[in-house]
Amino acid sequence: MARSAFDAARLPGFAAIAIAVFVLLYLPIVTLVAYSFNGGESVAVWGGFSLDWYGRAWANETVKAAAVRSLVIAGSASAIATILATLAALGIVRNRRMKGRGAAYMAINQPLMVPEIVTAVALLIFFASIRQVTGYQGLGYLIAAHAAFCIPFSYLPISARLEGMDATLESAAADLYATPMQTFRHITLPLLMPGVAAGAMLAFVISLDDVVITEFVKSAGQDTLPTYMLGQMRRGVSPEVNAISTMLLAVTVVLLTAFFIINRQFNRRKS
Amino acid sequence: MTDPQTKATLNSWALAAPALALLVMASIGPLLIVLVYSFMTPGDYSGVERPFTTQAWQQVFLSRDIFDDTLSWADAHLTIFWRSVKLSVLTTAITFLLGLPTAWFIATRPPQRRAMWLFLITIPFWTNLLIRTIAINEIIRSEGLLNQVLGWFGAGPVNLLYTDTAVLIGMAYVYLPMMVLPMYAAIDRFDTRLLEAAYDLFASRWQVLRHVVLPVIRPGIVAGSILVFVPSLGAYVTPRVLGGGKNMMIGNFIELQFGQGQNWPLGAALAVLLLIAVALALAVYVRALAGAERNG
Repeated sequence: MARSAFDAARLPGFAAIAIAVFVLLYLPIVTLVAYSFNGGESVAVWGGFSLDWYGRAWANETVKAAAVRSLVIAGSASAIATILATLAALGIVRNRRMKGRGAAYMAINQPLMVPEIVTAVALLIFFASIRQVTGYQGLGYLIAAHAAFCIPFSYLPISARLEGMDATLESAAADLYATPMQTFRHITLPLLMPGVAAGAMLAFVISLDDVVITEFVKSAGQDTLPTYMLGQMRRGVSPEVNAISTMLLAVTVVLLTAFFIINRQFNRRKS
Repeated sequence: MTDPQTKATLNSWALAAPALALLVMASIGPLLIVLVYSFMTPGDYSGVERPFTTQAWQQVFLSRDIFDDTLSWADAHLTIFWRSVKLSVLTTAITFLLGLPTAWFIATRPPQRRAMWLFLITIPFWTNLLIRTIAINEIIRSEGLLNQVLGWFGAGPVNLLYTDTAVLIGMAYVYLPMMVLPMYAAIDRFDTRLLEAAYDLFASRWQVLRHVVLPVIRPGIVAGSILVFVPSLGAYVTPRVLGGGKNMMIGNFIELQFGQGQNWPLGAALAVLLLIAVALALAVYVRALAGAERNG
């Protein structure tokens, strides 16, 4: 946009409101992180810098078990969701004349359209009857539920990547007598990898953060970090919850930054 | 003998089948069970029994007097529905009023700095909703930062926590990025020459905003409003953490029926009702977009 004395794109007060919005957006998060390093017993008074609350959270066996459970669920669910989403994208994206393409697309994205609380009670009902019949109480229910709602998040970057990919390379491989499997293994998959990696990362973050569906699907003693924190909130905020929040935040920010860097490098190489 | 096109379609469905199977099993299918449960009788402790009945659906809106069996409006339920709709509409309005200037600001930055501002909006968007709600809880509770700051000016303290206002602040905070991102996408495509043309024709800033900017970016406004309104209506975490036990929204009320309430059919009927409300909102969205395309 050309700089001139009269900037047509300037609307009065907009910049001030925008800056205020950014400040308000970050102030609560920064406060939460800051107070997780508070040395004092209370969440209100600053008692000097300390890692005390991290130590206590770390020493708490319930927290440790919840952290491990969160990672196991997010790891398995994102792996399952990414594999299934990759297969689905290969089937749906490439075949523009597929009959019922719209319906398949809708079904893949269905978890995004239904309020989480509705899916949560639906799964509560459904899994309760399966529990009664089979007696199985393990993590399988949580992993299946998480994998299902992670599918659209994995599908998004994978299908976007697939749409931008050059199909002539695969034709070339086929011309050189590569079997479909060899073509997939040596041409399609390596080219698709950035999308797959991004999809897996998004699914992992989404699974790690889930509260509502986990809260309804879990059996007794199957708390993840977010449901543990939600339970603690009944008694109000504690510095321990701040410390756990900060650790979860750090994981999310690291994964997202990695996601953006991968994306950016790829776009640069492409152009 | 199958023709290649049919074969390709079958192949596509076969590849999509595992994902669709999981979705049917752990997402779509259970929704149908909810519909069935809403027409059953509550079990003694939990769960449901036969016979099939519309009793739960009556209970959604009406309550039966235990002494003389007369029906009257279920005031407690209607209060919760009204609160849910009111807070969702207000959340959408607040995020729009704050989100429009923010999206405009980001879209009018020089290109090399735009990515950074966009990233700053994206981080809260991907940050755990529970953590963001807890952060708001810490700001507004009685010894929180807000009251400390008010104290320096000799004002306050205000007791916001566990009020409707607290839920409203929390929802506006957590859903704001959902409003900004689609509006940014719409403004980014905006042709700024339209503004110059309007100013050349002696339009005031306000007229430009009202008659040029808003109509052109309407699809982004509609998309943002839906992305805020739909999760607000089904909110569970934010009203639970900031509203406490009394200021329930429909999401918490549904949970209550499956927990202490022990009335699964009523809970199921409420869940179906919420689903219908969301479907209506999405239908309005699709129609509004179609309208925007026809006019634009």
